[in-house]
Amino acid sequence: MTDSEPLLRVDRMSRHFKIGNALSRSTLHAVDEVSFTVGEREIVAIAGESGSGKSTVARVLAKIYKPTSGEVYFQGKPLSAIRSRAEKLRYSGLAPMVFQDPFASINPVFRVSHGVMRALKLHRPELSGDQRFTEAVRVFDAVGLNPGAEVLQRYPHELSGGQRQRVGFAQALAMRPKLILADEPVSMLDVSIRIGLLNVMAKLRDEERVSILYITHDLASARYVADRLIVMYAGHLVETGPAEDVLSKPQHPYTQLLLSAVPDPRAELNVSAETDRGEPPKVINPVPGCRFRFRCPLAIAECHHQTPQLLELSPGHDAACFVAQSGAEVKAF
Amino acid sequence: MAHALADDQSGLASPPRREPVLEIRDLSVEYVLESGIVGAVDAVSFDVAPGEFLAIVGESGCGKSTLLFGISQLLNPPAEISGGSVQFHGRNLVQLTERELAAVRWKDMSVVMQSAMNALNPVQSVGAQLKDAMRAHGMTSKSEILQRSVEVLSMVGIDPVHLKSYPHQLSGGMRQRSMIAMAMLFTPELIIMDEPTSALDVVAQRSLMAQIKDLQREYHFAVIFVTHDMSLVRHFSDRLMVMYAGQVSEVGPTQQLFDHPHHPYTAGLMDAFPSIRGPRVQLTGIPGSPPNLARPPSGCRFSPRCPKVMARCETDPPPDYQVEGTSVRCFLYDVTGGSQ
Repeated sequence: MTDSEPLLRVDRMSRHFKIGNALSRSTLHAVDEVSFTVGEREIVAIAGESGSGKSTVARVLAKIYKPTSGEVYFQGKPLSAIRSRAEKLRYSGLAPMVFQDPFASINPVFRVSHGVMRALKLHRPELSGDQRFTEAVRVFDAVGLNPGAEVLQRYPHELSGGQRQRVGFAQALAMRPKLILADEPVSMLDVSIRIGLLNVMAKLRDEERVSILYITHDLASARYVADRLIVMYAGHLVETGPAEDVLSKPQHPYTQLLLSAVPDPRAELNVSAETDRGEPPKVINPVPGCRFRFRCPLAIAECHHQTPQLLELSPGHDAACFVAQSGAEVKAF
Repeated sequence: MAHALADDQSGLASPPRREPVLEIRDLSVEYVLESGIVGAVDAVSFDVAPGEFLAIVGESGCGKSTLLFGISQLLNPPAEISGGSVQFHGRNLVQLTERELAAVRWKDMSVVMQSAMNALNPVQSVGAQLKDAMRAHGMTSKSEILQRSVEVLSMVGIDPVHLKSYPHQLSGGMRQRSMIAMAMLFTPELIIMDEPTSALDVVAQRSLMAQIKDLQREYHFAVIFVTHDMSLVRHFSDRLMVMYAGQVSEVGPTQQLFDHPHHPYTAGLMDAFPSIRGPRVQLTGIPGSPPNLARPPSGCRFSPRCPKVMARCETDPPPDYQVEGTSVRCFLYDVTGGSQ
């Protein structure tokens, strides 16, 4: 990380959607006032349940959505200033996206070389045809598709889900990115091959000097691969800090709930019937207040009137919870 | 350490000494395609005891869902049962006609599918779909139907106001719960579940698992639960069956399989999960990918990916060996050392 400006800085960014018909206009607050940074060579995981707004964050960063308010700075420059086609192309090469579904994100009628070669032609026009091929082989080898020269000639249907997702990472890598936006890249894969892909992500960070924003609902995989962890609930960022720190000393009751729900074969489990049956709310025309208060066993009066802000509780570890900020020990789940 | 005995034909790991609800013998399912025959399930045998929770785990394409469809006689062409029997209540389901099967379905055995969104009818309310199933089994009294509908929804923790709700008005967790409510209508002896939690978030997933276990404790039905996530069933299943490439690699009491996995594939699966607690360790997963079942490897089907492969694994298909209460399809447990 540089001292001055991080690679990516998200500053009080919100994204709202208009829903309903002419008679009932309402606003869905998918993401509200989220701020975080991603440094150089860093894997940052955003964890949360469906509807927490984590994919919306990724889509704003990929410039699929414009933020409703707030700003995103990439290498110090605001994304809203990117207007020309050339600038957009440059940005999408520096911050490409890898999608969730490896079966839908690769064109089935072309060999897998097609996507990589096209990306190279578009984003690195200085390369000759031969150089493009050499580079394609290099990125395929880098993500563990060996031998690259041979795998490039295959069609998507000849590859397994895990291999296809590696193709997704290879395509991203071919553009010489600074930051890969990975939206649930392993959730469609079998448990047994997920780990291989997580190792690829760590390798890209260590050897190719790429940062990764890893969107996931799986805390165990976030712990395995991420340097820092961001937990989102109902559009709010509720806790952030070094991954190990957040998971070993979770300060927000929601993080504790998520953590308690992770199936861990190595741990003893008290199979109690007393489990949380709540679900994340759809945030439509919200009033101030902590959005987790209805599921939170520790909620106090303040939680119902005021929205808690992120505060640093220990070095680099922030949580948005009045109870935790009051200095009391939080043990909700 | 391993007290290996000769293969005792049944391939079973000491089932409880009660009459099983379900006995499956040498069940094989093939997909008959133009390009050739794909043996998706290869001579699988096992029993399910009354009230037992049997989990079946394996990677995509290992045949676990095809096996379930084979058991419940829901296979569609090009898939067909090419051999074996499914004994349920002393009757071989494979030989029953559709009409005879209809009497068994819902009543004695029900199936909960992976995607509740696709399994529920989107243009009918939940109540109408419950009514449908009850009508099909001869319940006609409106008040009885309503009473039972309210009962089953409350069992799974859904407010009965949702009888009037359509599937799209329910959350993923509630849809899956209403599927389970439907399966519970006649308190069957066996409920077959195909990855019912895979579309759910962790919190909803854990609460659904706890719910299934609670219901099972109360109503004593047996469950066959298919999943690719072993860690999910660790605390809920009595027995665990690991499938690989259409065959059973290992089956035994869940606790024991987790403590001492015998088959190298089972051990590999165990090492594929990052843990949320304890030290952060580098994991490798299982290299390679599952074989194409149109051309399964000769010998042991796991041999191309196996870290402990021996010469004979590549030529001879291993039988099942009984080791410490589990049944393992692996030559490592052949005490004779392959001299026969």
